[in-house]
Formats: sequence, structure tokens, C-alpha cells
Amino acid sequence: MLYRQRLAWGALALLLAATVGVAQEPIRPDPVRSGRDFQAPETRAMQDDDGANPGMLWVARGRALWDEAVGAARRSCASCHGRADETMRGVAAQYPRVDPSSGRLLNLELRIQQCRGERQDAPVPRFESDELLALTAYVAHQSRGMPVAVSVDGAARPFFDAGRAAYFQRIGQLNLACTHCHDANWGRMLRGDRLSQGHGNAYPAYRLDWQAVGSLQRRLRFCNTGVRAEPHPFGAAEYVALELYLAWRAKGLTVESPAVRR
Amino acid sequence: MRGLDQQSLLGRRALLAGAAAGLAWPVLRVRPVAATPASAKAAMDEILKGREPTPGRVKLDIPVLADNGNSVPMSVRVASPMTASDRVRSIHVFADGNPLPVVGHFHLGPRAAKAEIATRIRLATTQTVVALAVMADRSVWSDALRVEIVLSACLDD
Amino acid sequence: MAQALVKIQAQAKRGEAVEVRALIQHPMETGFRRDDMGKPIARDIIREFVCTYAGEEVLRAELQPAIAANPFLVFHVLATESGEVAFRWTDDKGVVQSESARLTVS
Repeated sequence: MLYRQRLAWGALALLLAATVGVAQEPIRPDPVRSGRDFQAPETRAMQDDDGANPGMLWVARGRALWDEAVGAARRSCASCHGRADETMRGVAAQYPRVDPSSGRLLNLELRIQQCRGERQDAPVPRFESDELLALTAYVAHQSRGMPVAVSVDGAARPFFDAGRAAYFQRIGQLNLACTHCHDANWGRMLRGDRLSQGHGNAYPAYRLDWQAVGSLQRRLRFCNTGVRAEPHPFGAAEYVALELYLAWRAKGLTVESPAVRR
Repeated sequence: MRGLDQQSLLGRRALLAGAAAGLAWPVLRVRPVAATPASAKAAMDEILKGREPTPGRVKLDIPVLADNGNSVPMSVRVASPMTASDRVRSIHVFADGNPLPVVGHFHLGPRAAKAEIATRIRLATTQTVVALAVMADRSVWSDALRVEIVLSACLDD
Repeated sequence: MAQALVKIQAQAKRGEAVEVRALIQHPMETGFRRDDMGKPIARDIIREFVCTYAGEEVLRAELQPAIAANPFLVFHVLATESGEVAFRWTDDKGVVQSESARLTVS
């Protein structure tokens, strides 16, 4: 009797595992909607008007930094890349992407840090420093309005798979995965918030909560603490892989940086 | 901003219930001065100097339900021809539920074209915002508005 | 050096009300917050913002901690003659910054 019961439970567990396996196939929210659609009209207006969007202050700082010679090499971003409005157009829309030399998956912040450290022989700007946020916002801004278009094949595939797994992994004391808020419940109220689909196309974004521009990883860290999970450090491979999955999932949306969020 | 502040827990529950029920938030125009606590009244008295503000001519515009109290768009428009003799000298904004009741004093000089100012303000909690306009003839006009501040589910510091 | 973005059209007709929008990067630290160690964070706000046009005052704003971080101000200049529209602001640390734009009036 006991044995048969165990067998039945085992079969049920197998069946469940199979179901979960199916549920873990990549899904995209339909219709895909930017986080902008979930903001109050005043917040949307703030984003849409460059003269009112405080994120443009970081973009302006990034523009100045772009031309500034730094480091032992006395080289500016412009020394190699020329005019950002020409050479950086569409670049941010393709990040995160695999760095061919190291085989690592880099987001825009990591790519800029790499330039600063290796090519400009300059101090590497810290994560969430004004310098790194300004440069990232400036480069991302060059892709504003362009569709998010990351590669998830070839060398990027293992990172994509890891990001997807992380997205569906239950974490924290609340035992929630990203999908539980941003696939199963988007559009519904969570206290005073309307849950968005959890796309990253806003970032770097100006959050009213932060009263400043911050990165997508800062936002992910605060999702983690929200479900009472231990956040990863900035730049962690786990987050970069998750960013890649999010970018794939945001297909159909355009880069909005610097967007304004509540 | 971090965490829950106990005293307003009940208020937020009520707010959540209201939101869940899909209730419309009423726009309340309230009489200024009368509705404000002592420190706000004292701050206003410094401007009023014994004068009584008359409701009218001033139009205070703030979303009555704000997404986040850190940055609430606000504008004050005063009906005035802004000629040399008939003009608004200054606009004063007060928020009675903030730690400090004065939001700002805006003095309009001879080169100001409109009796109008817009900015973004911080509101610590649901409260009444009052705008006063002092005219060239020393009369004071006012408007007041009750603003609901939504507390977010996801809060970062 | 904090960033500032001031938007005003370059040309106007005499008598026209010209919109000015000023956006200034500043934390507008209230003095009511504490850091992660529980230590109070000193107040640092822009106290005063002044706009003059052809040497005369357009707006003088006395700001308080209730003004949102990265202050945004919108007001109107009466176009009377070609001249400089100048902006100057001072914070609690005594830092004075300025910006200016040329307005040509026809």
C-alpha cells in the first residue's frame, strides 16, 4: 500500500516536472507593452519632453565626457569612436552582447568600463557612479526610438539560457520568480503600483523614487530585495545574462533611455 | 522612504481597498488657512501680515493623485494683466503635511510676462497645498488643493 | 560642475511672452534623511534662483527642501529688447552657478 502510494506520488512528481518544463519554454507577454504605459500621465509627459526630463541632465554630462581625454593614454571616447550620434546609433539596442575577445557577455556599463580600463588606460568608473551612468545614458540615448535587437544565438546562447532560467527561478522569502509578477500579473495592482511587464528598455532611467538616473541592474537589485532575496553585486554575470533574456523578451519595444519611471 | 511607517499603515490599507474597488478620487477644493496646522499658518502669516486672502484669481494645478511624492508637477497661474500697475508681485506655495510648510517663494520682477510659475515639488504625504498670490495693490488671493500621494509597492532607498 | 539645461527660444517678437524652462542637476538634499549608518545627511539645497533679462529681474525664487531633486522651473520673460537672459543659482554649500542665453527681439 505504502509502496503504491509512493509510486503514485512519484508519477505525479514526474508529471509536474514535465508540465513545468513546458511552462518554462520562452514566452513573451502579448501584447508587448513598455513600462511607460504603466506610468501616470504626468510621468509619461516628463519622459516625452526633453526640456522637462531630468534624465537629460545625465545625457548632457555624458556628451561632455565623451569628448574628454582621460587616462594615461589621454584618449577620449571620441578619439576612437568619433561622433556618438553617428557611431553609437543603434549600438545600445544590441546590448548585452558577447565580447569576442574574452567570450564574456557584456552589458553597456561593462563595455564602457572595459574601454576606460583597457583602451583609455583610465580609472574604471564604479557601477552607479555619475560618470558611468552619464556615459551609459548618453550612449543608450543614441539608440532612442530604435527597436531592441539582441542576438541570442551562437556564442550568446548559453548566456541566454542562463538568463531565461534565472527569470523563471523562484527566489527569496516570498518565493517568487520574475515571471510571477511580470507575465502572470502585469496590468494588475500591487498596492499603489500597476505591475509592468518588466522590460529593460527604459534604462538607464530616471526614477522618481531614486531622484536620479540609475541602471537596469539597480532596478533588478531592488526587485530582488522586494521578494526578499539576496541581490547579486553590480556587474554579476547572473544579472547580465538576465538582462539578455529581458532584452529578447522586449522584442517589439524601442530603446527609451533616459525614460522616466515612478 | 524605506519600509513601512506604522502610523499610515491603516491609511494605506484604506487606499489599497479604494484602488481595488476602482473608486474615483474626489477632487477637493478646500478653503485655505482654515485647513492648515499651526506651523503652516505661521508661515502664511509672514506673507499675509494681517491681510485675509480671498479665494479666487489663483489656479493651483497639481495631479490630485500623484504617482510618487518625490516629484509632483505643480503650476500656479494667476489671472492678471501683468501691466506696470496691475500685476502679481509674488507667488507663495505651502504644504501643510511636509516637515517644513513653505515650498517656495516666487518673486515676479518687472520683466516677467505672465503671473505663472511651474515646478516639481515633494509632498511627504497626502495633504493640502496652498498657493497665495500677492498683487501690486497688496491684495492677496489664494487657491488650495488636496493631493493624494500613492505609496508604492516597490520601494528602493 | 553640475549640469544645467536651460531652454528658451533665440528669437521673439516685441511684447511676446517667451517661455523659459530651467532644469538643474542638484540633489536638493532635505536635511531630514539619514545615511545607511544612521547619520543625518546635511541639508544641501539650491536656496535661490534668479533670472534677469537685460539687467532687470524676471524671477527670484526662494526655494525650500520641498522642491524636487534636480529642480525644474518654468516661467515667462516679456520680450522687450534684444539682450541677455541670465540665470544664477546658489546652494547651501555656497556654490554659485550661472547660465545665460541671448534673446533677439524684432
